[in-house]
Amino acid sequence: MSAADVAAADPAGTDLGGADLGDTAVLGTPVPPVIDLRALTRSFPGDPPVVALQPTDLVLQEGDYLSIVGPSGSGKSTLLNLLGLLDRPTGGEYFLDGEPSHTVNEKRRTALRAGRIGFVFQAFHLLPHRTVLENVVLATIYAGVPRAERYGRAVAALERVHLQHRLTFRPTTLSGGERQRVAVARAVVTNPRLLLADEPTGNLDSTTSGEVLDLFDELHADGLTLAVITHDDDVAARAERSVRITDGLLEVLR
Amino acid sequence: MSRLSVRDLAVEASHGIGARPGRLFLTILGTVLGIAALVVTMGMAQTGAGQIARQFDAVGATQAVARAGETQTMGGETRARTALPWDSPDRVLRLAGVEAAALLADVDVAGARISAVPIVDPTAVAGVPPAVVATSPELLAAVRATLGTGRMFDSGHDARSDRVVVLGSGAAERLAINRVDSQPSIFIGDDAYTVIGILDDAARRKDLLDAVILPLGTARTDFGLAAPGELQMRIAVGSGEVVGRQVPIALSPNTPENVEVQAPPTGGELQRNIRGDINIVFIALGGVALIVGGLGIANVTLLSVMERVGEIGLRRALGATRGQVATQFIVESVVVGLLGGLIGAALGVFVVVGVSAAQEWTPIIDMPLAIGSALLGGVIGLVAGAYPAIKAASLEPVAALRGGL
Repeated sequence: MSAADVAAADPAGTDLGGADLGDTAVLGTPVPPVIDLRALTRSFPGDPPVVALQPTDLVLQEGDYLSIVGPSGSGKSTLLNLLGLLDRPTGGEYFLDGEPSHTVNEKRRTALRAGRIGFVFQAFHLLPHRTVLENVVLATIYAGVPRAERYGRAVAALERVHLQHRLTFRPTTLSGGERQRVAVARAVVTNPRLLLADEPTGNLDSTTSGEVLDLFDELHADGLTLAVITHDDDVAARAERSVRITDGLLEVLR
Repeated sequence: MSRLSVRDLAVEASHGIGARPGRLFLTILGTVLGIAALVVTMGMAQTGAGQIARQFDAVGATQAVARAGETQTMGGETRARTALPWDSPDRVLRLAGVEAAALLADVDVAGARISAVPIVDPTAVAGVPPAVVATSPELLAAVRATLGTGRMFDSGHDARSDRVVVLGSGAAERLAINRVDSQPSIFIGDDAYTVIGILDDAARRKDLLDAVILPLGTARTDFGLAAPGELQMRIAVGSGEVVGRQVPIALSPNTPENVEVQAPPTGGELQRNIRGDINIVFIALGGVALIVGGLGIANVTLLSVMERVGEIGLRRALGATRGQVATQFIVESVVVGLLGGLIGAALGVFVVVGVSAAQEWTPIIDMPLAIGSALLGGVIGLVAGAYPAIKAASLEPVAALRGGL
C-alpha cells in the first residue's frame, strides 16, 4: 500500500519520464516501474542485529530523477548497493524493470547489473592505464555488446558527455569533472534503464560539480531514470524527487 | 549473452600484465631462470654425451664376447645352460660387423705339472703352474694379440690335434723359453709339446700372456675338453647393437636366450646412459628453480589482486561474473608464465650454443624439449595463478568497490 502512496505522492515524476519513453515502449502494455521496492529490508547479523535499512517502499517510474539524501552512516550506501544489485536484501521484494531481482540467482543478477544498471562512483573508478575510450568500451564487453558495435557506441556515449576530443587521453591527465563525465559515459554506453550515482560530486569542486549535474539534467531530459545519492543539498535540489534516509528509515521529501 | 570472448580476455589480460612492466620483469625472472636452467641442463647433458661418445675407448668399442648362459642348480652350483658350438667362429663371421672371431676355453689339466724339463726337480720352488688355454687359430686377430717370435698354430694343427703350443710372454719367461727356432718343448704332465710361438701382447685378454695356449683339437684329444668357454669377436665400430642381437641366434638358433653376449653399446645408447645420470641431478635442481619461479608468480599475482581490488569491484559492477574475473587473472598468470618460459627456453638455448662454441663442441638440443620447456612455463603460471584467481573471484563487489583504483 505504502508503495502506491509514494508513487501517488509524486505524480509529476511519473508523468515526466513516462511521457517521453512511452512512445517508444510497446503500445498497449503497461510499462512496469524501473524500481519497485516492497518492504525492502537489509539487516546485518549481530546481537542485536543491526538494521541498516528499515522496511522500505519506493517506486521509481521510467524517467524519474530521484535524489537520496542523508547523513553518513544513515543507510544511503546500503540502499544504493541494494538498488544496484551489489548486495542482497534480507527481506522484502525488489522488482527491477518488472523482474523480481530478490529471487533470481547470482548469474541473472550479474546479467541485470550489466544490462540494466549504470554506475557512477564518487571515486570515478576509471582504469588509470587505459584510455578514455577503452574505459567506456569496458562496460560494453560485459554487457555482451557485439564487438563491431562497441567502439561506435563508446564514441557516441563520449559525445553525449561532450568528451569526443578526449578519446585517446588517459584518465590521469583529465580534470575531475572530465573524469566523472567519462564515468557517466561508461555508465550510459550500455543503454541502462537506471543510472545509479553514489556521491557523484563528492570529489569535485563546485564548478566541475556543475558540469556533471548539468549532464545529469541532459540525461534526465533524454528520459533516463536516475537515482543520485548525495549529502549535498544543492545536488539534491536538482532532482525532481527526493527522499531522505535517517537511521535506515526512508522519508519522502518531495 | 555476456560471455567473454577469448579475444576480450586476451586484451584485458594483456593490459593487466602490461600495466607494470618493471614488476612483470621481476615476476617472470624466477620462471625464466628455472626454465633456462632446465634447458641448459638437458642441452648440456645431450651435448656432453655426444662429446663423450666421440672420445670412446677404441678397443672396448670394437670387442664383443659371447658366452653360454649360466644357471644356478638346486645345489647352488652354476652350470652352463648350453654349450657354444665348435664352429662358432664360422657362424658369427657371416654376420655383418664381425671382423674376426676365436673360441677360447680354459683347459683343466688335472694338476699336471707344466715344465720345460721332463724330470721332477725336488729342489725347484713349487710355483703356481701357468694356465692352459685352448683356442682356435684365429685368436691373434680376435683379441688383437701379436706374436713376439715364432708363429701361431693353424687349422691344420687344430684338425690333427698336433701337440704344439704358443706361450704367453709371461709364461715363456717362467718356463725359461725365449726362442723357438731351436724347437723347444714343454711338458704338460708327461707329454711333450712343441713351442712354436711366443705372444708379445694381447690387448683384449692380458691374462693370455701368462698362459700356455694350445689348439682346441689338441685340448679335446689330450684333456677331454667338453665345450668351448667363450667366443671373442672383433667387431666394426658401431655394430655392437646388431652383433648383440644377432650372435645368440647364430650360435643357438633354437634357444638364443641361453647365449649371453657382451657387446659395446652404440653411441645412442651410451649417450642415453650418460644423459640419464646427469639429468636426474640437474632436473631436480631445475625443478627447484621452477617451484621458486612458480611461487614468485603466485606471490605477485596475489599482490596484484590485492592492489586491483577496486578494479575487480568495478568489473563486477559492470556485470562481470566471478568466473570472468577469475578467468582474467588465470589468463594473466598463464601469459606471464608462458612469457617466462619462452624467454627462459631461448636463454637456455643460447647458453648451450655459446658454451658449445667456446668448447668447440657440437651443440645438441632436442627441439621438442625446448618448446616443451616454454610451455611448461605456461603450466606453472596456471598452477600459480589458481589461488589468486579464486581469491579475486571471491571478493564481494560491495567491499571491492570501497578500494579505490
